[in-house]
Amino acid sequence: MNVRKYLVLLSIVIFGSCGDVLLSRGMRDVGEIHFNQLLHVFSALANPWIVAGILCLFVFFGSYLSALSWADLTFVLPATAIGYVVLALLSKVFLHEHISMTRWAGILFITAGVGFVAGGPERTEQHPHEKAAGETVSIASQEKEA
Amino acid sequence: MKTLNTWSAILMVVVASTAGDVLLANAMQKIGDLGQLRRSKGIFAVVRRVLGNGTFLFGVCFMAAAFFSLLVGLSWGDVSLVAPASASLTFVTNAVAARFFLKENVDRRRWIAAIFVAAGVALLAR
Repeated sequence: MNVRKYLVLLSIVIFGSCGDVLLSRGMRDVGEIHFNQLLHVFSALANPWIVAGILCLFVFFGSYLSALSWADLTFVLPATAIGYVVLALLSKVFLHEHISMTRWAGILFITAGVGFVAGGPERTEQHPHEKAAGETVSIASQEKEA
Repeated sequence: MKTLNTWSAILMVVVASTAGDVLLANAMQKIGDLGQLRRSKGIFAVVRRVLGNGTFLFGVCFMAAAFFSLLVGLSWGDVSLVAPASASLTFVTNAVAARFFLKENVDRRRWIAAIFVAAGVALLAR
């Protein structure tokens, strides 16, 4: 793991959670969409919060694909789950939602899960392109970090 | 009956998003490090390589199916059940699917992480 890879993981966390918060903020303006008028959802595209949210989620998806190109799925998903915590904190600050004790317990569990996986290697098997690039995943060197 | 409908929608979301994640991960493994590819051939080569990959497009279709199943599920059941149940179950099914389909070495550390995160997501959405 180098700085660039940590930045990609950070970008997944930040842009994923910001995107969701922006969409949520935008949908408050748009209002409830009933199932007999689903096409009304397209009117949400005129809302600047929604547009900003979609842009964030585009960056999120690009970063997610980039991370999957050099790390295992079972590394990327738990390692970026800290985004759920960021999302809870952002919704407390910006959307003034209440965080109950149960939610704080959930935040604790997710943080523990992220700690478990972040100390391990990002790739558990060798792929031809990595061998060609001379990038070997050293399990021992990354064993203790979290 | 309503409970059965809700849980079948949750099942649909879990299956479709697991399939989507596994297909996307498989496509990205085959394409290789996008950062290296961008540095050597430029950003347009990256976009062309990703969008031209059949497995990637297949994965995106499953992601779309998961999204619409979630919408349907939300119309049948409470958001506080459907969203966390599907998100946290997906963490566990992804670990199983990655083990069998992507041949990832899901060691005890990763199992514990998946289960902790799944439990955390379930608590967070209460």
